[in-house]
Formats: sequence, C-alpha cells, structure tokens
Amino acid sequence: MPPSSVSAVTPWWRNRRLIPGIVQAAVGLVVLVVVAFLVGNLVRNLTAAGLLLSWSWLGNPAGFDVSETLLPFDASLPYWRALLAGLVNTLRVVLLGLVGATLFGTAVGMASFSSNGLLKRLARIYVELIRNIPLLLQLVFWYFVVFLALPNGTSAIQLPGLVLAKSGLYLAWFSDLWHLQWQGPHLDGGVWHAPLRLTVEFGALLTGLVVYTAAFIAEVVRGGVASVPKGQWEAANSLGFNPLQTLQRIVLPQALRVIVPGLNSQYISLAKNSSLAVACGYADLYSVAETTLNQTGRAVEVVLVLLGSYLVIDLVISALMNGLNRMVQLKER
Amino acid sequence: MRTALPSSPLQRLRRELFSSPLDGLISIGLIGFLLAVAIALVKWALFQAQWAVLQANSTLFAVGRYPLEQQWRLWLLTTLLVGATGLSWGLLRGLPRLDRVDQLWPRNDRIAVAVVLALAVLAPLFLKLSLAIQLRWWLEAALLVATRWAAGRWALRIPPPARRLVPLIWPLLYFAGMVLISGGLGLIQVSPSEWGGLLLTLVESSFAILLCFPLGILLALGRRSELPLLRWSSVVYIEFIRGAPLITLLFLGQNILGFLLPGGLAPDRVWRAAWVLTFFAAAYVAEAVRAGLASLPKGQLEAARSLGLPLPQALIHVVLPQALRVALPATVGQFISLLQDTTLLSLIGLLDLLGTARTVMANPAFLGRNAEVYLVLALLFWCGCAALGLGSRALETRLNPTANPAR
Amino acid sequence: MPLLRRLAASLPLMVSLALVGCASDGGGGIQSQKLATIKARGKLICGVDGKLPGFSFVGSDGQYTGLDADVCKATAAALFGDPSKVDYRDLNSSERFAALASGEVDLLSRNTTETLSRDAAGGNGLSFAPTTFYDGQGVMTPNASGVKALKDLAGKPICVESGTTTELNLADRMRELKAAYTPLKFQTGDQTYAAYLQGRCVAVTSDRSQLAAKRTSFPDPAGHTLLPEVLSKEPLTPATTNADPAWADAVRWTIYALMQAEELGITQANIDAKLAEAKANPNQADLRRFLGVEGEFGKQLGLPADFVVKAVKATGNYGEIFERNVGMGSKLKLERGSNRQWKEGGLIYSPPFR
Repeated sequence: MPPSSVSAVTPWWRNRRLIPGIVQAAVGLVVLVVVAFLVGNLVRNLTAAGLLLSWSWLGNPAGFDVSETLLPFDASLPYWRALLAGLVNTLRVVLLGLVGATLFGTAVGMASFSSNGLLKRLARIYVELIRNIPLLLQLVFWYFVVFLALPNGTSAIQLPGLVLAKSGLYLAWFSDLWHLQWQGPHLDGGVWHAPLRLTVEFGALLTGLVVYTAAFIAEVVRGGVASVPKGQWEAANSLGFNPLQTLQRIVLPQALRVIVPGLNSQYISLAKNSSLAVACGYADLYSVAETTLNQTGRAVEVVLVLLGSYLVIDLVISALMNGLNRMVQLKER
Repeated sequence: MRTALPSSPLQRLRRELFSSPLDGLISIGLIGFLLAVAIALVKWALFQAQWAVLQANSTLFAVGRYPLEQQWRLWLLTTLLVGATGLSWGLLRGLPRLDRVDQLWPRNDRIAVAVVLALAVLAPLFLKLSLAIQLRWWLEAALLVATRWAAGRWALRIPPPARRLVPLIWPLLYFAGMVLISGGLGLIQVSPSEWGGLLLTLVESSFAILLCFPLGILLALGRRSELPLLRWSSVVYIEFIRGAPLITLLFLGQNILGFLLPGGLAPDRVWRAAWVLTFFAAAYVAEAVRAGLASLPKGQLEAARSLGLPLPQALIHVVLPQALRVALPATVGQFISLLQDTTLLSLIGLLDLLGTARTVMANPAFLGRNAEVYLVLALLFWCGCAALGLGSRALETRLNPTANPAR
Repeated sequence: MPLLRRLAASLPLMVSLALVGCASDGGGGIQSQKLATIKARGKLICGVDGKLPGFSFVGSDGQYTGLDADVCKATAAALFGDPSKVDYRDLNSSERFAALASGEVDLLSRNTTETLSRDAAGGNGLSFAPTTFYDGQGVMTPNASGVKALKDLAGKPICVESGTTTELNLADRMRELKAAYTPLKFQTGDQTYAAYLQGRCVAVTSDRSQLAAKRTSFPDPAGHTLLPEVLSKEPLTPATTNADPAWADAVRWTIYALMQAEELGITQANIDAKLAEAKANPNQADLRRFLGVEGEFGKQLGLPADFVVKAVKATGNYGEIFERNVGMGSKLKLERGSNRQWKEGGLIYSPPFR
C-alpha cells in the first residue's frame, strides 16, 4: 500500500482501491449484458418456433426402442426412462472402461521400465502411435474394420468358455448362481447363446476407449514411477527387498501421489469420450438424447439434460478421485 | 548407460532381448507377434486392399467440393507456404548460433529433404494423379529445397533488419491464406460449405489453435485474478466447458446457437464449429497456462510491481514469458488434441477428412473400403500430430534458458 | 475446493433454466423475413441427405444429384433464375429439424416423412410442402437369411437409422407382433447399410424407395429381397418452418408448379416454345397465368413473375425429375406407382393455379 501522501497525488486511474472496483463492475456488466442478450434471443426465437422450455414431454411414451439396456425398456415407456436407460448404458461402458484402461495402461507404463529392450520400445511405440491418432477414427476403425469383420455362426472364434462372433462376445457364466450351474456358449439354430453376452458395438466402443485411454494412463504411470528417485530402488535392493516388494512397498506409495491426480483427468476424459458411442451404434446417453431430440424437437431441454448428466458424472469421478488422493497423500508423515 | 558397455550389435541384441530366460521368452513371443502382424499387413496392402477409393476421390479428400476453376488459389497458397517454409528453415540453419557447431545441412535436414522428395515422387504415383498435378507437386518440392538451400547459403548476406521481418511473413500469410481460400478483395467468394477434406480440417484446426491461445491466457489470468467477479466468471466458464463432452458443445453450437442470436446473425456452420472448437480448447489451454503461472514464485510479480511496472506490463514482460515456457508442452498437447478433435465435425455433418471419408464410403462404388481409408487417415493424422509434438520439443530446448547460452 | 469449483460450473445451466423457465413471451420478430434474407444472401441453403443415391447424392465430381436435390435446384431457379445458387447442407436424420428450426437451412429437402407431430405447432413446428414421393416402409433381408416375413425377425438384430419414422414404426409393428428384437441404430444411412452389408444385422428397414436405391449399389443386388410387408405410409415431403408462412407458400407453389407443368405437358425441352406460344395467344389465359405472362402469381408469392418458367427450365417438370433420378431412366428403376399424376390414377395433384 502506498503511503497516503502519495495516493493524494495519484491520479484516479492509478487508484488501487478504485480501479479493481471499476474493472469488476465492467466485467459484471459485460457478463450480464451478454447473458441477457443471449437468453432474450433464446426466449424470443423459441417462442416464435413454439418450443418454449417445458419438461412435460419427458412423461410421454418414447415410441422407440433402445438396444442392450440393463434396465428393462420398451417403446411404451416414457422418454425419461429412455434417457435413463441411455445413462445406465453410458455408466456401464465408463465403468468397465475405467477398469480396463487402468489395468492395461499400468501394464504398458510399467513395461517401459522392463529390462527387455523390445518390450520397452514396444510400450513406447504403442503410446506414441495411439496418442497421435484421433479417438473417433480409432473407434470407427475398431467397429467397421475389426469387429464387423468377425466371422459368424459356426465359423466364429471359439475358445473354451468364450465365443467371439459378429453378433457379439459370448461368455460362460453361472446360469444358476445358487446351484453353481455353469453354462458355456452354445449354438442354437445358427445363433449363439450364452448366459453373458456383450454386443460388438459395446465391444468396439470399450476396446477403443480402453486402448486410447491406456496410452495416456501409461504416460501418467511412467511419469509417476519415474518421479521416485532411483536411489529408492537401490536402497530397497540393498535392504534385501525383491523388485516386486520394492515396487509394492516403496515405489508405488510414493508414485501414487503423482499418479492419482493425473488419473483423475484421464478418467474424466474417458467418461466424456464415451459420448462418441454414436459412431459405432452403441445406445449410450448421447445417442438416446439425439433420438429423443429428433422425435420431440426439444433441442434446448435435451442439451441441458446432456450437459447436466455429464457434469454429474464428472463430479462423481472427481469426488472419488479426490478422496483417493487424500488417502495416498495422508501416508506422508 | 548403454555406451559404458562394449557393444557389438550382436552383444547389444543379446543384452537387450535375452538377458534372462524370462526376457528371452517374452522377446520370442513379441517377435513372433510382430512378424505375424507385419506379414498380415503386407499381404493385405499388396493383395487385398483396393486403393481406387483414394485414387478416384483424391480431390474430394484434399479440398472437398472447392470449385475446380478456383483451385488455382489453393495452389498459389501452397506455393506461398512452401516458399515461406523454405525461407524460414534456411535462415534457421544458416545463421550462426553459439550453442552448436555451425552446419548448413545437419543430418536431420538431409533426412527431411529426402523424405520430402520421396513423398513428392511416390505419393502422386500412389494416388495416380494426373501428370499436370504430379508436375505441380514436383515443382513445389523443388521450390522447397531450393529456397531452403538459397536461404541457408546466403542467410548472412541478408541485412539483419530484413531478417528480423521474416517471422512476420507468417501472420501475413495466414490472412492472405484466408482471403485466398474464402474469397474477397476481388476474388470470387467460395462459401465455407464447399470447403472439405484436408482443407477444412486445416482451416478449422489452425483457426482454433491461433485463437484459443490468447483466449486461454486471458482466462488463466482471470482465474488467478484477485478480483472475485473476474475470477469466478473464469472459473465458471472453464469448469463448465471442461465438464462437457465436445460433441455436446458442437451439438449446442449447431442446434442452439441459431436460437441464441438474432435471426440471420449466426455465422455459417463451418465457422460456428470453428468457434466452438476455439472456445472449447481455450478452457483447456487456460488450465495449462494456469499451471505455468502457478509454477512461478509469487515474488516474480511482486518484484516487478515494486519496480514500478504497471500490472499489464509486469504480466507481459515478466510473468507470462516464464509461465508460458513452463506451459508450452501442455499447451502443445492441447493443440494436438484439438487437431484430433476436428474429426468430431464429421458427427455434426461437416465434411472434414473423416466426414469426407464417410461420404465417400456411402458411394456405391467404394462400399466397404473402410480399412484403406481409415488407415491412410490415421497415417495423415499421426504425421500431423507427431510433427506438432516434435516441433514443441525442439522449441522447448531452444527456449530453455539453461541449455541455450545464446540467450 | 475443486468440487466447489466444478459445482460452480453448473451455474450457467441453472441460470439459463431459471431464466428461460420464467420468461413468458417475447413476440416473434422474424416472421416473413426469410424470403428477404435468402434474396439478400443470393443463395438458397438447402438441407439434404447427401448420401442417398436417387434423392440427394454427391458424386466424385462433387455435384449433388437426385430428386431432393432437384427440388432445391428448382426453388433456387424460381428465386434467382439460376439452379446453381444453392448451398447444400448434408444433414443426418437426427439434426435435420433443429437445423431447420434454428434457421440453419431455409428448406429441408431430405426424404422426410410428413407426420402430425412434425407438422404440429406443439411438435416440431414444421410446415410441409407438397409430397414429392409417396413411399412406404419396407424391410430388406439377405436371401440367405431365410427370413420370409416380419415375424421371422423375432430375436434378431435389425439395422435402422436413428431418429427416423422408420425407427418408430418398426418398434410399433414388432410390438403388435409381440416379437422381441434388437434394434441397431446408426446416426447415418451409410453406417446403417455398412453394418447390414457386413452381416451385423439380419435385416435393414427404411423407406422402400431408399432400400431399392441402396440395393442397386450392393455388390450383389440379387442377393437381397424386400419383404412383402409394407410397414407404414411414408409421404416424403420437403419442409420449411411454421415461423414464416410466406416462404412456405413460395416453396409449396414452386413444387406444385413442377407437378402442374407435367399435367400441362410442359417440359424442359418445350418450355421456350410454350412460353412463346403463351405470349403469342392472348386467349390461352390458363397457360399465360401459369407461365407468368399475365397475372401476379409471382408477386403474390414474393417470387419473380416467371418463376414457373425458370424452375421448369432448370430441372424439368415433376415427371422428368422423377424419371431422371429414380425412375426407369435411372439406376434405381422404380415404378411411378402412387407417384403418377392424378389423371392416371396416382396421387400427384396440383391445386389450380388461379
């Protein structure tokens, strides 16, 4: 703070109390004017088009079907149920994607510390290859080139307990959990049946998301492990720890402090990227929302639902990861 | 570490691949896997792939439906770009720098020239371009090498004031390019809906990259401002954008922006998408820059202020140069993902590279030629993104004050 | 703190919700401005599919052809005397109505079915022009699948373009048949057919004309059959919005003009002769009014007096457009069927130009 004798001669545009106030007021005014302008137009134009905001349509029957829903759904149920089914589908792919990408990404990240030169280089090539190709391109590639080229019927790829066909992935599972009755995939009238089935649309989306996100997670893991000084490994080694123990007891707890915040943003981008499901025919939230918009014409409401849902998903992931972060950071005494 | 040991290639191979039985097993497995993949790929490329889909549609992939009689403008622009690249490249190498031995043609440059020449010869052959167009590509390649050579050779003869003007060519060229592409100033207008393919991808990504950077810096400064209103508006904006998938924002831009602006004021949807990309990327760039700002000790700004510098000047001359240097890798990372994100335009019906690919594959004659098209697109994107990454790393080393005594 | 900040991100959502929710009415200020906007712009922005041979399709030369594209060309010709003054926008089925409602496109000519909810002010609020193609929904299956009727598709995957009436009709019919099935939805037609051709689904459903159009492009057209069932009525109709009745009328009567021209035997080839004939014979009042030699039809619509001449000159009459793009003169080889003139027992009927 300048002494008062100076501020007496300071011109008003140098006034340290006045200027911030003016700037603030100006910013506030601009924000207000812009928002008012946009919302005013929105209301005027929506009124002209007869589409003023309303939510009652959510209760009308949807009239379209949604495939592979976890919640039971048919065309007679209302729109909000359709959107909910889409949301559950999104959550399913996000959840499995998170697990898959974390496992695979960690493996690739750790492979870059391997003593095997080939493995090390492959891990590097994988990361550099995948990160520099757009996810959407990878998704359509997985779906149209890889998964839709799978054989069907009797020529499907068959492994014990697992069948991979054009119509999906069929897995053995307990057909009766109580009596521990195990049932494998079987062919019936040219169509495969199994207790557990994933469609190729889901498969392509999941594969694309896992492969893409894993490349980024590998970098996060590699950075985290590399942030632990080499001396720690050597010290542990000389104390008689074997490499696995060293990793588990010494390196990982320290590396996690760097890794967890990095994982957070990768998880969030995986959740958001799952909206690219439309490109490979999986009925996720965005895809159902698009159909809904088309049948109802309610553009603004549908976009609000979409933005709100993804925001909530992000918030939940952030909250969980922040909790995890606190846990790993607490170990520091 | 490797240099410390005596190494004949065979020994090195043995050490790297077969140092233990487990390693050996892994190596053999990997080698087998790689061989299988390579053989399958070569077999497919030579015997199964039908490249006609790219050959017949090369114009569509390059410029979309850009009118044929106006395409000379794009050739002119390419020539200007090639000339400017050669000039800048030559000057970069021709001028002495303290940190390294002067070498007019370092190994990297020789490799680059070889790659350019090989591409200029092979790509037109592969795409079966007409002789007239092939010839133009050869001339462009020759021009690049010639200007590179000439600028490197006579770099020192150019008076320093003129030399300092060379970087200014680029912004000028950008505006000239925009005029050449879209028309105006006596040129016939070419509507954005007629741009497509690579042209559209490049226009959209370069526009968004150039604009999101300053916008991101402003947002980052706003977020660290002491004024609560400014800070909270920035926070709300950044978190709002980062909380939404890009596709919903593009969707919003295409379907709702028309409602938000008075009738007829909404820009063409190509520009609408470009603005959405810009606003989207700005939020992420802001976070990268904020991390850079956070890495600076608080004392930097305080010292500058106490020396009497007004806030804007303290920011421009003291804080930002240091913060941006730290933020550079993350920022370029955002640019790279922005380039990749342009593929999402195909989901809102724009004919960018991927959109063109989808249109082409709806053509009866090319149905099911997914693998050929997607692989070539992947290669294109990979080269673009990898080049950006390499450039960023080169810039990083040049800007690093400790590694470069010339500064 | 980070959570708090992210919560703050939801602020704009809530604000906009609240503001839009409270607002009552703003009075429409954009009525009847569309024509002026289009004329000032000098180009018609036309929303089309762009990937459907016979209706609207971009060839390797980058030119749009097809019945839907010709409607755009005829309208542009009626407005400007030049069929090339069209900006085409490829729209997928799920974005088309929003594009029209927000003023992104002036005219939607994209094999769109006219329905009540799309027309109603409380629904999509479209304003439909005359139907340019009477169609019905069909189902196509590979011969090898052994599917003979709709009910055979129970438990099987069916490919369908999302956001279409066909999607809804399929759901309705299968519900009536009490047959569970797996709908595989794609955003665009080309993805839908690509998935079908690669054997992902046992059937694909769409308008019968579209199925026929696509089948011509298959590697083995003879290997696919249309099931006998027609699932629905699909009158494919160009559309504008309710927001500007004057513009809707201009489009409506331009299309009627194409139909009327066929009824009167006026073709692209003889239009100049007919015009000369009309000018020479003051007592051919009908023809003179129709071709704009006398009367104010053009002016009443906000179009040039000779808009009919310009439109027919650009694309030919309705019959010519049909034959060239989807009829026997095209690859699709569709029968005129219901799309014959009313005098020949079809549904193509122009109200009088009077």
